[in-house]
Amino acid sequence: MRKREWIYGWLLILPALTLIFLFTHFPAVLTLLHSVFSTPRGRKAAHFVGPANYERMIHDPVFWKVLTNNLWYALGTIPVAIALALLMAVLVNRPFPGRALSRMAFFTPTILPLIAVANIWLFFYTPGFGLIDQILGLFGQGQTNLLGDPATALPALMVVAVWKEAGFFMIFYLAALQAIPPQLAEAARIEGAGRWTIFRRITFPLLMPTTLFVSINAVINSFRLVDHIFILTNGGPDNASSLLLFYIYETSFRYWDTAYGATLTVVLLALLCLLAIGQFFFFERKVHYK
Amino acid sequence: MFDTLFKGAATAAALALVTALPARAVDLQFYFPVAVGGGAANTIESLTDAYMKDHPDVKIDPIYAGSYQDTITKVITAARGGNPPQIAVALSVDMFTLLDDDLILPFDDYVKTDADKAWLDGFYPAFMENSQVDGKTWGIPFQRSTPVLYWNKAAFKAAGLDPNTPPATWQDMAAMGRKLTKTDANGNVTQWGVRIPTSGFPYWLFQGLVAENGGKLANAEGTETYFDSPEVIEALHYLVDLSSKDKVMEPGIVDWGATPKAFFEGHTAMMWTTTGNLTNVRKNAPFDFGVAMLPKHKMRGAPTGGGNFYLFKGSSPEQLSAAVDFIKWITAPEQSAQWTMATGYVAPRPATWDTPTMKEYAQEFPPVLVARDQLQYATAELSTHENQRVTQILNDALAAAITGQKTPEDALKDAQQKADAVLSAYR
Repeated sequence: MRKREWIYGWLLILPALTLIFLFTHFPAVLTLLHSVFSTPRGRKAAHFVGPANYERMIHDPVFWKVLTNNLWYALGTIPVAIALALLMAVLVNRPFPGRALSRMAFFTPTILPLIAVANIWLFFYTPGFGLIDQILGLFGQGQTNLLGDPATALPALMVVAVWKEAGFFMIFYLAALQAIPPQLAEAARIEGAGRWTIFRRITFPLLMPTTLFVSINAVINSFRLVDHIFILTNGGPDNASSLLLFYIYETSFRYWDTAYGATLTVVLLALLCLLAIGQFFFFERKVHYK
Repeated sequence: MFDTLFKGAATAAALALVTALPARAVDLQFYFPVAVGGGAANTIESLTDAYMKDHPDVKIDPIYAGSYQDTITKVITAARGGNPPQIAVALSVDMFTLLDDDLILPFDDYVKTDADKAWLDGFYPAFMENSQVDGKTWGIPFQRSTPVLYWNKAAFKAAGLDPNTPPATWQDMAAMGRKLTKTDANGNVTQWGVRIPTSGFPYWLFQGLVAENGGKLANAEGTETYFDSPEVIEALHYLVDLSSKDKVMEPGIVDWGATPKAFFEGHTAMMWTTTGNLTNVRKNAPFDFGVAMLPKHKMRGAPTGGGNFYLFKGSSPEQLSAAVDFIKWITAPEQSAQWTMATGYVAPRPATWDTPTMKEYAQEFPPVLVARDQLQYATAELSTHENQRVTQILNDALAAAITGQKTPEDALKDAQQKADAVLSAYR
């Protein structure tokens, strides 16, 4: 009897397992395997090269450049997007005229595909006749070239990412805010707590599970979403705005150096696993589940 | 009962379908990119339709595959997956990339009769430079271009310059640029003198400067680059100085895509861009404009660019000979003239320019001849083994120098070292 239940259980999760193994685990293992072989070219078949691709990566200045870029990109976008999302959620949580309209306005960037978003921002950023320069021109300022300057290209991409993501995270915070029983705040108010104390001691701690979820998503997205780079800068100037995943695409599908592309992918996978595990452990102590 | 009935009906339907269609022995897949504004994709489709009308036994499926970059990615992916197209238009400089991957066939096997040989010899030699290696022809020039200088005659007049005289030399261009650069009361520039776009693929226009300076970027075998030679370094100095010293060009990376728009809006008085934009400029410029050859320095010079037809391995002999027949047809004078008039691409064969259609067009719109006349000075485009990677190394170096992160010398020396590391495997 017990054995039959065991088989029954496995059969139930079999469809999901098959999909996960076929489309997630198998390609991951294959990538690992490709990273220790050379790139096959024409009649030259791939041969085992051991850690050669990894050695090359350590000596590749572009790799370090895109990795550093990616860390700055993550540090710059994640806290800002989350803070902005929380602020917007608190703002549109209380009733006021035009609430539905504001919610929709905040959420609109999320509905748009990133490519469309990038095209809109390309119009904003265009030197000379873009929206930013037209507005600056009214105040007698000269033209800018935000995407063409290595110092501002990456921050310009970060602004686009924050604009796109904050609305999405707001929805989660809004749902979480509405799930907090109002009695808690009422009780605190009777005790004489101010609005800031209520937010800091009651609302924010109760939002911690949402913050954990949102921050994991934000971290993954900061490594996963690179569509806007194709439209806005193509990684330039001189790789100033290239991110790890964009470099992987370039290596694999422009240079067709698939083995090196696989090596870079292994690094990305390892990095994401570490970050996810780290976040779970770090937040474990601070998250209160009801 | 129902079963038999159903089967019978299905067979009848299938039979009807087969007999309704004309006998189509050969199916061809044809990937093509579109890199300029205007209705290039529609023209390709109307041309293939016209061919199929005359050749009912051949069915061509023209597939718009995006930019040049998208097209080569799609073609290589499809070929690696065992499903290559028969014909594709891709950058002429990707010849080595396709050869290294062992994906393409030479056209020589299909050039047997004297008429065929005359056809192959009938292309401009400048266009064949990036199409032949080791004595074999791997690409047939089709949507080929060369950069030219467009100037705004109204702006020239306003600046006190002769509206009918474009700059002839590097010094001229900088000097005229200074007169054409206008600032407002706040000291902000409202009109730049010249615009040489540097985003995405700055190497392409930069090659023009290198050629005018008597330099070369790579050898014909695609195994050596000369990025740190004095001629190349000097050319980069000139480009950088246009922004930093002469202050006649917008500083930083200048966008390629927005360049025609900047010209139309009067943000720049001169621009360098592909002749493939000619029809676009003609339709949209709200002022009188002129088209000139690139200014010379030590000599005249310009790169060629654009796409060639390639023939892919893994197809049946019938498909391949039908494919070659189609390529011969579409590069024939009449079809080629239609294509040039629709886009502005340079007709790749002298014979096209002798057709009555083309002569009439040139008479009515003489700027179309500038690109053709520049061809005698044109050189091969940078094309090496692992071309995309080597080109990107040069692009990065140019971007670093243009944005002032490195001096032209340092940037190009680094680039040469990196290119050597990649190419040493092919020597």
